[in-house]
Amino acid sequence: MPSAPSKLYSDDVSLLVVTLDTNPFFWSTFSVPFSDFLSQVLAFLNSILLLSQLNQLVVIATGCNSCGYVYDSASSKNHVSPTASMPALYSNLLHNLEQFVARDQKLSKPDHDTRGIVPASLLSGSLSMSLCYIQRAFRSGSMHPQPRILCLQGSADGPEQYVAIMNAIFSAQRSTVPIDSCYIGSNNSAFLQQASYITGGIYYKPPQLDGLFQYLSTVFATDLHSRAFLRLPKSVGVDFRASCFCHKQTIDMGYVCSVCLSIFCERHDKCSTCGSVFGQAQKDVTSANSKKRKA
Amino acid sequence: MNKIAERPLNGDVEDDDEDEGNDGREAWERTYAEDRSWEDLQEDESGLLRPIDNTAIYHAQYRRRLRALASTTATARIQKGLIRYVYIVVDLSKAASERDFRPSRMAVIGKQVETFIREFFDQNPLSHVGLVTIKDGIAHCLTELGGSPESHIKALMGKLECSGDASLQNALELVLGYLNQIPSHGHREVLILYSALSTCDPGDLMETIQKCKKSKIRCSVIGLAAEMFICKHLCQDTGGTYSVALDETHFKELILEHAPPPPAITEYATASLIKMGFPQRAAEGSVAICTCHEEAKTGGGYTCPRCKVRVCELPTECRICGLTLISSPHLARSYHHLFPIVLFDEVSPSQNDLHNSFPNTCFGCQQSLLSQGNKPGLSVTCRKCKQLFCLDCDIYIHESLHNCPGCESSRLSKSISSAQ
Repeated sequence: MPSAPSKLYSDDVSLLVVTLDTNPFFWSTFSVPFSDFLSQVLAFLNSILLLSQLNQLVVIATGCNSCGYVYDSASSKNHVSPTASMPALYSNLLHNLEQFVARDQKLSKPDHDTRGIVPASLLSGSLSMSLCYIQRAFRSGSMHPQPRILCLQGSADGPEQYVAIMNAIFSAQRSTVPIDSCYIGSNNSAFLQQASYITGGIYYKPPQLDGLFQYLSTVFATDLHSRAFLRLPKSVGVDFRASCFCHKQTIDMGYVCSVCLSIFCERHDKCSTCGSVFGQAQKDVTSANSKKRKA
Repeated sequence: MNKIAERPLNGDVEDDDEDEGNDGREAWERTYAEDRSWEDLQEDESGLLRPIDNTAIYHAQYRRRLRALASTTATARIQKGLIRYVYIVVDLSKAASERDFRPSRMAVIGKQVETFIREFFDQNPLSHVGLVTIKDGIAHCLTELGGSPESHIKALMGKLECSGDASLQNALELVLGYLNQIPSHGHREVLILYSALSTCDPGDLMETIQKCKKSKIRCSVIGLAAEMFICKHLCQDTGGTYSVALDETHFKELILEHAPPPPAITEYATASLIKMGFPQRAAEGSVAICTCHEEAKTGGGYTCPRCKVRVCELPTECRICGLTLISSPHLARSYHHLFPIVLFDEVSPSQNDLHNSFPNTCFGCQQSLLSQGNKPGLSVTCRKCKQLFCLDCDIYIHESLHNCPGCESSRLSKSISSAQ
């Protein structure tokens, strides 16, 4: 395994990778329209680039059928604006985002949303992509900007992504990349809470969405070096309880298969994940022992 | 390659005889002789000297390693020994002071055991390690089985002195005594780092080996000198692996091979359900007395769900009621062993030409896949999602991330993979 790169670069230049939730099922049911949200986020992204001319910004859209890069400040074509009326950041990002949303929509299966359940965004995919991009920055030499990830997420957690998201979190932790999360949905996101806690990032759920820009710029705009001097929101406690594999219930005490570490809320005779039979061999051992005693 | 930077940790006094034993070469000559820096250069078409492009070679090595791993886990149901009880036996006999490794075998062992223990706990969060040393023909238990890497490393670093003979039998007997007490669902393993070329035993070593076999202890040996029959016999009989290190980097490779959990052998450990508690992290401001340090502490502790006692760190065993306490991320850390991602297929440049829609950039990091001269370079593709990746991302994805970004960011391929 490649070891975590050394952090010699203590300057305040940052590489910010933003994952933007574009799940249409979420935004159509949410109180704030996507365009209002986006206009505040765009102002925030612009302010990141204005903070230092060396700052780098990458935006990855998290759709419900796919994920894709929509903006990269390092690529040369993003410096020139096709139209003179708008800055390059806005026009290129909006153009790519429009394309992405259209493509994402095409990918959706027509028979998918018959039950009216809001499908989760593919957060695991956009996290994996951001980490790959950040590894590329690490490879570029010892003078790389300080990377961090900011998840702008609204839709609820998708339980089927649990293993993939945890893998991404541990990989981020190993290469000391903090994952910040700004969650605008109704309930707290357990995935993002754990992600931020494990990687040392900030989890924040803004109480009011009218002033989203204010929250974003005061909490998430500061570089890692300056964070030490600020009083940033503290975590209100992280839910580390596990959910069992059999009923998806959250439990604080349970049974764990010794072979595959699957979690169950009650005793089973056979592990549903790996197929091991419990207790069988143990009985053999005890009977062997009793035989010995008899002999 | 920083051999010069690692001056002897504890052997400064013997610097003089070290100089004599080096074919009479001067220090500046030795640097070149050891580094072989000329081998890193090659001539290009115009006769200029250029450093060899190592990435392709590294990548080929990594693929070979991955394929070897994949073939061992090719069985339909992957069962891995995720709960391991490993004793690391460090040979600190006279032979460990040999200087064929720089600065000495002992110092190299110390350093690599440290890396191994950290890597081990990163990959096996629910496992336990203990340390045993052999010195003067006697085996001595340095640390009991435990889950904290720091305490093991500290104990070993304080005891790095060598003398006398090595005794395999004494070490195995000691470890046998300890490992016979652990619960039956745990996998018992011994990893012996053996410097000596002999063993000085009080009885019949073959009997001890049979006892190990009977107790289902998997014994592995890494030799630092030369191959020995008795070590090979021991490993073959108990299902372990035997290897002899050529140099420090090889030794590191060999020892780190023992970090990922081995495939589980059903006769070796029985499957069972273990009762575990998942404590919640207490609120930041609360004050409580923890059982591990017996001190009053403010915030940041965990509460045992059964007896409500406070502990400082996870994973641990509750001191009061004996419940195993872990957090769900600890379990999730091992899940990638169970759901490994498939090996990516290599795409040769000529194949790329056939695709009209060749994207030119790596799906993961957006790096251009074109090598010099705008020719498509070597890249890999995932069998499921058909996305292209660069070689660097390939290594990162398989060794650290354990997710395929392509499959994760497409609902279609996800539903297919879950249907399988």
